[in-house]
Amino acid sequence: MITIKDLHKSYTMGANSLHVLKGINFSVEEGELVSIMGSSGSGKSTLLNILGMLDEADQGSYTLDGTPIKNLNEKIAARYRNKFLGFIFQSFNLINYKSALDNVGMPLYYQGMKRAERTDKAMAYLEKVGLANWAHHMPNELSGGQKQRVAIARALASDPKVLLADEPTGALDTKTSYEVMELIQGINDEGKTILVVTHEDDIAHMTKRIVNLKDGLIIDDTKINQVRAASHV
Amino acid sequence: MFSLERWQEIFETIRKNKLRTFLTGLSVASGIFILVILLALGQGMQNGIAKEFERDATNRISVWSGVTSVEYKGLNPGRFVEMTNADYNYLIEKYEDNLEFKSAVYRIWSGNLTYGKETGSYRVEGVYPDYQFLENESMVNGRYINYSDHDDKTKVVVIGNKVKQDLFGKQDALGKLIQVNGINFYVVGVYSDPGGEREETRVFVPISTAQRVFGGSDKVRNLGFTLKPKANFEATLAQSINFSNEIESFLKERHLVAPDDTSAININNTLEEAKRFYDLIGMIKLFFWVVGIFTIIAGVVGVSNIMLIIVKERTKEIGIRKALGAEPWSIVSMILHESIFVTAIAGFSGLLFSMTLLELIGPNLQMDYIRNPTVNFNVAITTVFILILAGALAGFVPAWRAARIKPIAALREE
Ligand SMILES: Nc1ncnc2c1ncn2[C@@H]1O[C@H](COP(=O)(O)OP(=O)(O)OP(=O)(O)O)[C@@H](O)[C@H]1O
Ligand SMILES: [Mg+2]
Repeated sequence: MITIKDLHKSYTMGANSLHVLKGINFSVEEGELVSIMGSSGSGKSTLLNILGMLDEADQGSYTLDGTPIKNLNEKIAARYRNKFLGFIFQSFNLINYKSALDNVGMPLYYQGMKRAERTDKAMAYLEKVGLANWAHHMPNELSGGQKQRVAIARALASDPKVLLADEPTGALDTKTSYEVMELIQGINDEGKTILVVTHEDDIAHMTKRIVNLKDGLIIDDTKINQVRAASHV
Repeated sequence: MFSLERWQEIFETIRKNKLRTFLTGLSVASGIFILVILLALGQGMQNGIAKEFERDATNRISVWSGVTSVEYKGLNPGRFVEMTNADYNYLIEKYEDNLEFKSAVYRIWSGNLTYGKETGSYRVEGVYPDYQFLENESMVNGRYINYSDHDDKTKVVVIGNKVKQDLFGKQDALGKLIQVNGINFYVVGVYSDPGGEREETRVFVPISTAQRVFGGSDKVRNLGFTLKPKANFEATLAQSINFSNEIESFLKERHLVAPDDTSAININNTLEEAKRFYDLIGMIKLFFWVVGIFTIIAGVVGVSNIMLIIVKERTKEIGIRKALGAEPWSIVSMILHESIFVTAIAGFSGLLFSMTLLELIGPNLQMDYIRNPTVNFNVAITTVFILILAGALAGFVPAWRAARIKPIAALREE
């Protein structure tokens, strides 16, 4: 599903250049649930953002579902993001003046889907994350866990190939974190490919594979036995 | 571009962000409002001035002669120019078709009037019958000088109300005999003048009589004319100025006065004074336009400022939308669409509001120099469109910039 080869990324700030990713080689098969770990500043988010086409690599190749991701203009990048990717952020990133339902409908709006169909579909995803009763609430009326569920429903709405989650449980307490992970595991069970950035061991162990990043390089990449989140709840 | 979906999205955004929408709208609406009111005020002032002049309707052209100040054709300056009956007769014949009222005046600055024991010194003027209308006088008693008086050189006199009171008190003056510089005249009329007492201390006799009995021969001190009005003010004014210039050059040529002599032949054109007022009004209107346009510019600057703030405020949202698959152009058009829509609605409400206000208050406005302020609807609507265009342009730059921010940078914004 994802293949990256020799990926480099540096940030320049004034005269200084910070080499964040120093040659990442990495691939993910369809249906995998991968966690990316590493200390703060090791480049986890940078890697995920490049995978999400929110940022560009300086060097290296990236293939997503057989499509080479290279020299994209913003227009094509936008289309690919919509078609291939769903994002889940630590800070949820819901649009604060739109209801849960409308937030979930956003990716569908950008697909050009008509309103009625969009609403139906968004409602179905809200149901899936257990928030059907909260459809018409504004984000500020929802708890952190509920917000993250809305964000997950939104990430799923366009039926992307890959879900990218950057510390999805970073802003949640343990119990809520496990509920969110349970949801993510369920989605993965249905066959969706998911990458989760985290620095919490227990969260990482709820995935099926842990990739460890240090100083811009992968130092460890191990398949593990998944711990079901449900067993903790 | 104008899909229903887009509109729903815009309406939703507007509904959820009432304050910023209101602020944008307010600066636009007030800009248009101020412009329309200023333009209407300018028009109202013009109407008011026009009304003032219409009421007084003095389109009189007066000519008097004086002393030459420039040497000309061997003649030294300092020569007193005297107009004659021949000048007058030539002019009234030449302009017969255009003239409304006309009179020459032979004037004795102070005449001694005596009735019985009463006596006083008054201005005595020999005039033609039309002079009544040039002076805007109305009869209190009897009649004015007429043409048969003139032809027969009869010794009749029309006296002002004040003169009548001075000499006759409460007695009837009509038919009485009074002495003017020792010569007997019959009083045939008493007049009043809107100019008041000062204007009513004069007495009028036929010019032919005056020239004969007071030693004027064919001399004329003064000419007065009014022209028949044309269809509109501009044409009337043009005719009037043209006439003034023509008689001036005719008289100068006839009396060997240098064309650039400014003291020998004097012409006062009341209409030209009116024109000066209109020019002043023109300046005021221009000033209002300038102020109005600056108001609009301020409005546009306001809109673009607000747009900048809006875009800044929405940077994170733009990042989210981009992450969800919004193309750059859809971001630009979302912001533009919203700004154009808000500007248009606000512009038209400003227009509607100001027009309604004018409609309600305008006709009832009873001020001396402002009357029925109105505004040219086409001008107003054009301004609204210009403002919308400017608003769009003002919104475009920040929108375009926002659309070009990398999504990752936009998302990091807080
Ligand atoms: N836009 C940027 N400009 C400059 N430096 C950046 C930028 N984004 C990230 N960095 C730097 O790159 C390095 C890696 O950042 P990154 O966000 O990928 O770390 P991370 O592994 O996600 O850390 P954390 O666990 O704290 O989220 C950090 O040192 C960070 O300061
Ligand atoms: Mg990070």
